[in-house]
Amino acid sequence: MDDRPLDVRLADMREDPAADLVLDGSAVGGMLGGIFGADVTGMPGQCASCHTVSLMGAMRVYMRGPGTVIRCPACTQVVLRVAETPRGSMLDLRGIAFVRIEHRS
Amino acid sequence: MAAIGWQLATVGSIRDETPTVRTLTLGLPDWSGHRPGQHVDLRLTAADGYSVERSYSIASEPERTGEVDISVERIEGGEVSPFLHEVVVPGDRIEVRGPIGGYFVWEAALGGPLLLVAGGSGVVPLMAMLRHRARSGLGIPTSLLFSSRTFDEIIYRDELDRLASAGDGFRVIHTLTRGQPDGWTGFTRRIDDAMLAEALEPLGAATRAYACGPTALVEVVANGLVRLGLPPDRVRTERFGPTGT
Repeated sequence: MDDRPLDVRLADMREDPAADLVLDGSAVGGMLGGIFGADVTGMPGQCASCHTVSLMGAMRVYMRGPGTVIRCPACTQVVLRVAETPRGSMLDLRGIAFVRIEHRS
Repeated sequence: MAAIGWQLATVGSIRDETPTVRTLTLGLPDWSGHRPGQHVDLRLTAADGYSVERSYSIASEPERTGEVDISVERIEGGEVSPFLHEVVVPGDRIEVRGPIGGYFVWEAALGGPLLLVAGGSGVVPLMAMLRHRARSGLGIPTSLLFSSRTFDEIIYRDELDRLASAGDGFRVIHTLTRGQPDGWTGFTRRIDDAMLAEALEPLGAATRAYACGPTALVEVVANGLVRLGLPPDRVRTERFGPTGT
């Protein structure tokens, strides 16, 4: 339960309706591991919009919708979208310039 | 990195930490070992094929091998946590994937000083760090700032007291936001910049910080620590979403 006064919570919601729903990249470590074949949360990826390089675990994750949306922590642009469908996992990578999948040390 | 596959864990002991949090030990014969702060995904599949996955932070230290502890808060109206609280018994087998996470991790080799900030069950991955820290014997200066609703809801309370009384550089600072027992001398408000400053002050500017809890709390902590002068890349966060869901 959020026990802050109602007006404070309302102000928060107006600022960003999804602010309370954001998670860190760790939350999708398992799912991305299933796709990339490695746990990428400690590995860098580059936002195609603002070119900021962040660890995948530091990305912002929204997973309460029908799919999962991953956003750049610097500019909030979408870097990656994943949706599970009956025929397979749909992966939209146009927002990410690269992910470095590092060799096992 | 090896691909992350599913394996079958056997539920070992189950014990209550607080009225709403219980710890399950999962026996994992093929466990590759984990780093403090990592989590596992659990997959439950019903007889009709319906399947649901959830992530749970690992509470135990990596020095314990072949099994991990997860501490699960019971979420009213949830799908998985009531099952783990009421239905699961020792000997049950559950699908587990992991360990997962290369970002929200701390190992003694990284050094300190270390500031850990938790809200409620956000303490779970930090507990793995604290247990690992104690086992390392290095006495890395460490503070845990821990926000709980009431005294009875302080997860790992006795163990934290024991760790803090060991005299090896660990201190715990509690704040109780909903109610306090008679004679309580600790904080009684939500975590704010003044509280963070007090926790950070003895540790200094080279501190590594880890904050885990409800998203709103983690936002306050991460922004506050950066305002207090910590570089953003030294503040690692693990948000677990809105409070009470």
